[in-house]
Amino acid sequence: MNCTKIPGKNCEHQVMIYTLSTCGWCKKLKALLSALDVEHEYVDVDLLTGEELNSVREEVKKHNPRGSFPTLVIDQGAKVIIGFKEDEVKEALSG
Amino acid sequence: MMDGDEAKLWWAEENAKRNGFFLCPDRNLLDDLIEGLVKNDGRYGYGACPCRIASGLKAYDSDIICPCEYRDADVNEYGMCYCALFVSEEVSNDPSKMEPVPERRPIEAQDAAMEVKEKEEKRVEEVDGASMREEPSHEHIQVGVDEEGIPIWRCTVCGYLAARETPPPICPICKAKADKFERFGFGR
Repeated sequence: MNCTKIPGKNCEHQVMIYTLSTCGWCKKLKALLSALDVEHEYVDVDLLTGEELNSVREEVKKHNPRGSFPTLVIDQGAKVIIGFKEDEVKEALSG
Repeated sequence: MMDGDEAKLWWAEENAKRNGFFLCPDRNLLDDLIEGLVKNDGRYGYGACPCRIASGLKAYDSDIICPCEYRDADVNEYGMCYCALFVSEEVSNDPSKMEPVPERRPIEAQDAAMEVKEKEEKRVEEVDGASMREEPSHEHIQVGVDEEGIPIWRCTVCGYLAARETPPPICPICKAKADKFERFGFGR
């Protein structure tokens, strides 16, 4: 899959975020993860096409049946945070 | 801010005033949302919600074209719409009350739109593939015209194809205007 890896010192969890390139809340989440220095990957789903778009949308729905963005998935679904929830993200990922 | 962004911001301000709403009190977020709307205007031909996935097919995205169908219900219940472009007076005065709004759009609506989008993409690929395969053996056929030499026009919004001298004034499928049509296969 065509995702972008952002390195960080805080790499104790595998963190994946599904985002949209135009979404202001997704942008806030990307900035928060970078500020917390959390290693993560993101994929801007609106920039995908065809089979890839389909399979990524299915992945999102598996973790978040409403298929909304941003969807943050920790350790392949051990914890899922839907929408920009700063406190929850900090609690789950910082230090 | 770009000119398009300023025009969109003006539109949003007017729309908010007319409907008794206020604009997002978080200035950075507001700018991002406006920029997202302008980007969607450019790539889809209409301002789909920047915080939702759009199919590019206007008929299937109509519920999420800003102001979306869910705005009033969300501002009533949560004090802001799904993306937060429009907020209530209370939230406008106290931005700390902003919190994520759960998605009200049924997933079935997103699925239906995206399924049709995928079919359209496949159809366009097949048409592209067919014309590419034919090129070497039919060198007399020009690219971007039909067998009789009439130009083919493609609607960039919904993929509709039309063979005629000039682009249709309005797309019969998605109602996009003539300027959304491009010469199909041109320059290949």
